[in-house]
Amino acid sequence: MKVSVYRYNPETDREPWMEDFEVDTGGRDLMVLDVLAMIKERDPGLAYRRSCREGVCGSDGMNINGRNALACVTPLSEAAPGVLEGRKPLVIRPLPGLPVIRDLAVDMGIFYEQYEKVQPYLINDEPAPAIERLQSPEERAKLDGLYECILCACCTTSCPSFWWNPERFLGPAALLQSWRFLADSRDRATEERLDQLDDPFSLFRCRGIMNCVSVCPKGLNPTRAIGHIRSKLLERAV
Amino acid sequence: MSIRTVTFDAIVVGGGGAGMRASLQMAQSGFRTALISKVFPTRSHTVSAQGGITCAIASADPQDDWRWHMYDTVKGSDYIGDQEAIEYMCSVGPETVYELEHMGLPFSRFENGRIYQRPFGGQSKNFGEGGQAARTCAAADRTGHALLHTLYQQNLKNGTQFYSEWYAVDLVRAGDGKVAGVIALSIETGEVVFFKSRATVFATGGAGRIYSSTTNALINTGDGVGMALRAGMPAQDMEMWQFHPTGIAGFGVLVTEGCRGEGGYLVNKDGERFMERYAPNAKDLAGRDVVARSMMMEILDGRGCGPNGDHVMLKLDHLGEEVLHSRLPGICELAQTFARVDPVREPIPVVPTCHYMMGGLATNVDGRAIRLSGGHEGEDQFIDGLFAVGEAACVSVHGANRLGGNSLLDLVVFGRAAGLYIEEALRQGMEQAEPSADDLDQAMSRLRRWDASEKGESVADLRRELQETMQNHFGVFRKGDLMAEGVNKLADLRERIASARLDDKSQAFNTARIEALELDNLLEVAEATALAAQGRTESRGAHSRYDYPDRDDENWLCHSVYDPKSGKLGKRQVNFAPRTVETFQPKVRTY
Repeated sequence: MKVSVYRYNPETDREPWMEDFEVDTGGRDLMVLDVLAMIKERDPGLAYRRSCREGVCGSDGMNINGRNALACVTPLSEAAPGVLEGRKPLVIRPLPGLPVIRDLAVDMGIFYEQYEKVQPYLINDEPAPAIERLQSPEERAKLDGLYECILCACCTTSCPSFWWNPERFLGPAALLQSWRFLADSRDRATEERLDQLDDPFSLFRCRGIMNCVSVCPKGLNPTRAIGHIRSKLLERAV
Repeated sequence: MSIRTVTFDAIVVGGGGAGMRASLQMAQSGFRTALISKVFPTRSHTVSAQGGITCAIASADPQDDWRWHMYDTVKGSDYIGDQEAIEYMCSVGPETVYELEHMGLPFSRFENGRIYQRPFGGQSKNFGEGGQAARTCAAADRTGHALLHTLYQQNLKNGTQFYSEWYAVDLVRAGDGKVAGVIALSIETGEVVFFKSRATVFATGGAGRIYSSTTNALINTGDGVGMALRAGMPAQDMEMWQFHPTGIAGFGVLVTEGCRGEGGYLVNKDGERFMERYAPNAKDLAGRDVVARSMMMEILDGRGCGPNGDHVMLKLDHLGEEVLHSRLPGICELAQTFARVDPVREPIPVVPTCHYMMGGLATNVDGRAIRLSGGHEGEDQFIDGLFAVGEAACVSVHGANRLGGNSLLDLVVFGRAAGLYIEEALRQGMEQAEPSADDLDQAMSRLRRWDASEKGESVADLRRELQETMQNHFGVFRKGDLMAEGVNKLADLRERIASARLDDKSQAFNTARIEALELDNLLEVAEATALAAQGRTESRGAHSRYDYPDRDDENWLCHSVYDPKSGKLGKRQVNFAPRTVETFQPKVRTY
């Protein structure tokens, strides 16, 4: 099968280019990461991140045939119709909207900065009990669909609002985290958190395009989380 | 050669659970702390831990007692876990778990609002007399992910300075042997920097990638143990590798023991629940070494499943969709992604898979690295300035076989303990070792060697050969002649790796250079494993030999100590002196 890979080495390339590889997968429905590893054996210079190879560490977010996904849990059969059969090339590019360091490795700096801005940690200055803080299963259930985020950036880098305003719009991943703490019965910083989001850009630049929802490899729904925060902000305003 | 130097009170190498718990402790106290990690910290392998953190918080059972947990851990270790360290871990455990909860870790809950606990393998009540316990605290089946993200978040809050995507190359030692820090290189830019520090903590995790089939992440290449061995420091109990009973067949992806804790069980091709024969009491929740061996016997006796009869099945469908989706959602996802089965309807094909390194750098309870000079008499001597925590360390709380759920506990208990010790030592004026230009130069030699390489074999080919050698010669069952062959192959590989080639000499995000440097570490760990396995002439815990099928307490109720300078295996006494409870005496180990 043909694999077309985005290449850019700042030391040797004046601009990025696409390199085609012929890879023999023997018709197996391999993961995209397996195919990259086969290419890297031939060309060790190919740069990409990977760690857990099972979809929980979030290292290998990339753009596969036009769609952001984790290479390690994307089988060829799901990359795009015809890829597995060799009728269409597998096309791999870095995540869009972030500066490329080399090949498929992007500079995640701004993504992490936006994450840090939402104070992604529990805030509760009340003296802690000698055992755990109690939380009912119902209260805990509110964190499901939120705490599982792996910070792969597939969502944020698929969001047009983030492409336009990467410094000012926090992006779906950071906002999902914001709601993860707002929704936590143990957190005491609701007002402080809402104050920080109460401007035209941080949150309100979300236009409900929902690319984030359709690409999230963990099946999470940042748009819904943003909706919850939006309601809180509006409630507070009236 | 001039090199930029950055100076800290303490540096931690490795951003998993142990490293981030250590750095958090020190950052909270206001010490200048740097955390060097070859990946962004939440990509560390702790993220893959599933089932939970075992600890007697007495939530599922108000009568639960940390001493029962201690008994289970000592027994699980096949009696070569150090009892003072196990006592410390089990008794301090509850405090550290409550701390994690207070930090925000989203544990699952019981109706009364307390932390959810599930049964795990090797757990008992009342010192083995009261039946199965439920002692593993869980956040669904994503406990490691929840723990790692919580610790990262707390480190952010407390101002730890992160050097993410920096790779530690080698230790820097002053002429007198004191550790002065590490040489590390920025993966993004290729810049090489001397991280100078009064305390250096290795939290570099395991090295499962010495095997071709492993549950471990691709980054688990034993960098800390490799650096220490290269510096001539010994390693302890390196023959002790845990094979997890349930890796997804053909992929190695982990399926948590929590599946069996929730009521799942293993069946052979006849649909028989075979663990009833091997462990009549604990059945599928016997120690991992016992379950893994039983599975291999079923497979070797021709009762394996699939066209090649090379795996068994993990049956979960009887638990029902609701339990599976609420308690084991991650497993349902992994089973569908890799094995392409839905556990709600079909069993998951599983096979014992390399999972965990019980051995590592010998330390005391405070994480201080112990200088093992071949002898095992008298007081421990320490390596000034060096600490190790987590899977890279061998405290030893796991001995010859780790219990499920004890790994996450080990990380936070001993990460914290090392942090507490270092804080105090810094306050007492712990000194900075001062390396000479020559000392620094020596720590750079490996980088230079790869950068000067022109010919030789490729890193990928050599790595594959090393992994296959370990897989074929040092697996679940071991045999003297087969291991001797493996040792010879590794000696040959050592020569070939010393003259292997790195094609790509560029600076920016050169992952080929990182993989070459990792290969050196894989070799160090593999060789230590092989020689220790060959040397321990008995079967104990995870180390199981056809030619020495019995446990030999007369000669081997001790740690093994591999000395990289001589290539010889020595012995070290196990600690049988807990402070507050009676010693648990070795018994025949059955489940």
